[in-house]
Amino acid sequence: MTQTLLDALSLLGSFDHRLLDIVALSLRVSLTALVIGALLGLPLGAGLAVAGFRGRGALIVALNALMGLPSVVVGVLVYLALSRSGPLGSYGLLFSPAAMIVAQSVLVVPLIAAVTRQIVEDAWRDYAPELSLIGISRLQAVALLLADCRFSLSVAMLAGLGRAMSEVGAVMIVGGNIDGYTRVMTTAIALETSKGDLALSIALGLVLMALILGLNIAVHFIRGWALRRYG
Amino acid sequence: MFPLRIAALRFAPEGRVVLDELDLVLPGEGISVILGPNGTGKTVLLRLLAGLLPAHGGSIVWGDAPQPAGRLAMVFQQPMLLRMSVFANVEFALRPQAMNSAERRARTTEVLERVGLAYRARDSARLLSGGERQRLALARAWAMRPRLLLLDEPTASLDPSATEAVERIIREIRTEGAKVLMTTHNLGQATRLADDIVFLAEGRVQEHEPAQRFFAHPQSPAARAFMQGELPWRIAFDH
Repeated sequence: MTQTLLDALSLLGSFDHRLLDIVALSLRVSLTALVIGALLGLPLGAGLAVAGFRGRGALIVALNALMGLPSVVVGVLVYLALSRSGPLGSYGLLFSPAAMIVAQSVLVVPLIAAVTRQIVEDAWRDYAPELSLIGISRLQAVALLLADCRFSLSVAMLAGLGRAMSEVGAVMIVGGNIDGYTRVMTTAIALETSKGDLALSIALGLVLMALILGLNIAVHFIRGWALRRYG
Repeated sequence: MFPLRIAALRFAPEGRVVLDELDLVLPGEGISVILGPNGTGKTVLLRLLAGLLPAHGGSIVWGDAPQPAGRLAMVFQQPMLLRMSVFANVEFALRPQAMNSAERRARTTEVLERVGLAYRARDSARLLSGGERQRLALARAWAMRPRLLLLDEPTASLDPSATEAVERIIREIRTEGAKVLMTTHNLGQATRLADDIVFLAEGRVQEHEPAQRFFAHPQSPAARAFMQGELPWRIAFDH
């Protein structure tokens, strides 16, 4: 066990190019999925927070339920959509990083939208009387509230990034875990562990945890600074 | 838009009567102050006038129209301040109006100077003191050039110096031609600001008099008890 840990640290210390490639691809896929998730999830969640229409409650329940969507189910659905006979088969995305981005985006969008909806709705409850008297439309209110809640919404973004980076089932199905092309940290950990190469698995696990922890620490301090600066 | 005629106004959410057969006629100038004990419907009346709550009966007529023809603004006891600069908190409120960017910026600068906050224009609004926050909320309402300004206890929990600053701004807004309708628990403030007093109790207007006459000779038992600070005031009213 100690030897395995030492081997893992040696891999990290030597900046093993195989390990670095896997880390870089993981970050590229997950951060792209996060950006897509934010572009879709933030306005969707904020819009739902300020909107009033029949069936809104059911939509909120559905959105909250989608936060727990099993990643393997998403993997299968995206696989079917991207496979040659599927509706998006002509794009030839299956077993590519793009397919992994699509799958992770599908997982991240409902999570960001649901958390955003709750945060923005709380603010809307306080702001609605004054904003409506001023004559701000609901569409304008969405933009205002997203800007006003930006520090709280960092939690939604962190949750989305955590969901994307820790996900294994969907990217395994739609990416195929192809060495040097679609192998990311989580799929590599699963594969190397099954092969008995625990050193690489542990090294990747340490990087994965360090990245997530580092991002959370960074956001924590940035949020603290911003709250002191902007109130 | 004026006189504002309120007739038999009723607000009773889930059967709990807050306002009951309330009648009131307000002129289009001056400062009208609503006095009355807690829970008697002062804030509810302001919110009904602002259209933020639906009435359960009665009518509100603005001049001859069911809707106000002029602009209406309201400053709340705890004003909403966006996590933006002081300047932006005023400027954004002018966007729905037919003003271009230069006009909005000029109007914002003007009102911030008049409320004494121009020097903090770039600061975050959330970092202002309680008095400054209330002045900023007044500046935002003032910038909109309201015909009717509703103020819900605008100086609650402010110190005397901040209260004096807010009262000066309210007088200036009145001087510019806006009708002001405000609630307060501060009788000293009511004597300093009010042209007329609306005394509310039991969900109805008990008395509506010019301020001097009201403070010299309150007519209703409820108003007399309230002025004398009898506690619990309700006992005196019931007797």
